Amino acid sequence: MEFGKTIVLKNQPKIIGHYSIVGPKEGKGNFGEFFDYVMKNDCFGENTFEKAERKMLEAAIMGVVQKAKMTIKNVDVMVAGDLLNQIISSSYAARAFEIPFLGVYGACSTMAESMAVASVLVDGGYCRNVLCCTGSHFSTAERQYRFPLELGNQRPPTSQWTVTGAGSCILSLEGKGPRVTSVTFGKVVDWGVNDVNNMGAAMAPAARNTMLSHFRNTNTSPKDYDLILTGDLGKLGSEILVDLMDEEGVSLGLNYNDCGQMYFKREQNTLCGGSGAGCCATVFNSYIMKKFEKGEYKKVLFLPTGALLSTTSSQQGDTVPGVCHAIVIEN
Amino acid sequence: MENKQRNLAYNNYVKEKIPKTKAWPSLFYSFLVGGAICLLGQGINDLLLLAMPNISQQSAWGYTLIILIFVASLLTGLGVYDQIGKVAGGGSIVPITGFSNSIASPSIEFKSEGIVYGICVKMFSIAGPVIVFGTVASAGVGLIYWIISLF
Amino acid sequence: MLDYLWVFLIGGLICMIGEVLIITTNITSARILVTFELLGVFLQAVGLFDPISAFAKAGINVPIVGFGASLAKGAIGAVKTYGLLGVFTGGLAATAGGIAAAVVFAFVFALIFKSHTKK
Repeated sequence: MEFGKTIVLKNQPKIIGHYSIVGPKEGKGNFGEFFDYVMKNDCFGENTFEKAERKMLEAAIMGVVQKAKMTIKNVDVMVAGDLLNQIISSSYAARAFEIPFLGVYGACSTMAESMAVASVLVDGGYCRNVLCCTGSHFSTAERQYRFPLELGNQRPPTSQWTVTGAGSCILSLEGKGPRVTSVTFGKVVDWGVNDVNNMGAAMAPAARNTMLSHFRNTNTSPKDYDLILTGDLGKLGSEILVDLMDEEGVSLGLNYNDCGQMYFKREQNTLCGGSGAGCCATVFNSYIMKKFEKGEYKKVLFLPTGALLSTTSSQQGDTVPGVCHAIVIEN
Repeated sequence: MENKQRNLAYNNYVKEKIPKTKAWPSLFYSFLVGGAICLLGQGINDLLLLAMPNISQQSAWGYTLIILIFVASLLTGLGVYDQIGKVAGGGSIVPITGFSNSIASPSIEFKSEGIVYGICVKMFSIAGPVIVFGTVASAGVGLIYWIISLF
Repeated sequence: MLDYLWVFLIGGLICMIGEVLIITTNITSARILVTFELLGVFLQAVGLFDPISAFAKAGINVPIVGFGASLAKGAIGAVKTYGLLGVFTGGLAATAGGIAAAVVFAFVFALIFKSHTKK
């Protein structure tokens, strides 16, 4: 097996601010009380869902800057991404703020990808404050990847619900907050799953690869972490990951969980759980960061996964490749 | 080669792992809703014949289908049809109302891209195959009959 | 009254077969529609549709099977009247009402309504 690349950060950038904004359905989910802002409706006062998604990202950027007690002028670079074609939500949000912008795309793993890139920029001393932001919107993702909202079709039992929400954080060497101590850039892994309604199964091998790489490169094992958190493998995908890791002799115990699996309540009818770039972004920048602030977590391994397909690739019968990036946060 | 075997094994494993949902409720609802839509169609048809005794059976069917299509488009616009579809599945896809829904839903969805490139272009993005296959198949059937009629 | 019962039972059964296809093969709604439509074309072409229709009425005419049957019936009828020209004009002429209604209502309602977020 080829391993991913781990970078151990010497200066350990701190997460000095975090912010999350979600839609109404997400607000009623399991993490409802932890989010900074819950929108009253999915349109967010805009006339299209794409504009609503963009506004959500803008709100997340504004919010985190305020929470970190700085102004937007202090941000050296913003690293952001989303799920829409040509990552328009992020680019257009960046247009509104006139700050240097790096667009990244890692599908649902974008939060970790942007934080990993930002950590390296800050750790190397090239930037002082780097803002990371990611979001997704159920209605925009649905029309881009699946069907019109009003089409009367049924969702297969393995499908997941794209989270409407955006999360953001600021990394800096100055200030207070949990530290990012190492990052692992993962490989693109494809084990031949071609069911576009079963993202968990398509992405679990990528999570396995990055997780094994990370444990090997840093000489750690699952028991060294208070929490090992994957992004949106969902119920099925995370069960698969546990099995896959078992085969490698690594047992993921009670300290393993998945944002997508935890996101919604049972009666919210999301089948395998939440997904989308906003899924892990909002959980990480609310619940997880608040647990750090309370001192309940000391060391967390955060490894969101992304499915790197497009409608074109799936219509041409190609399989679904996955990618997973890992970051370690310590208090 | 090794990867092919691994992928095959993995896909088989995933297939086993997929949660088995109970099929009975959705079969029941599809039967119920599908039957109800057909019943509604029959009811409309019979009422039309009752109200306008001098129209032909064929015209009555034409009106019936148009009324069903109208109702389905309206329910699609109101955001009700997808709720029915979530429960009924095949029950609301197979009737002509499902055809209507699959034309109306992309039209409404892509309104944001404008009338020409949104509504008009995307209108057939789901139901287009129905019209294409239907036209081709009917032409095929017609051609066969024409050839047979030559002899 | 018994007529209505048959309409309900046969219509429901056809739709349920559609649901069985969805559950077992995960196929999309467009493919379901095409499958049942082609079934209708076939039934009409081999002359089985009319006997069923006489008995099932709306139970088979409201499902898209009936739409397919009209296409085939139109083509066959037009071939009888117009010859080769009917091959091309028959099918769509017979179903023009349904297609035009779907297009007109979709256009009008698209102008009026907006997509709703799913709950």
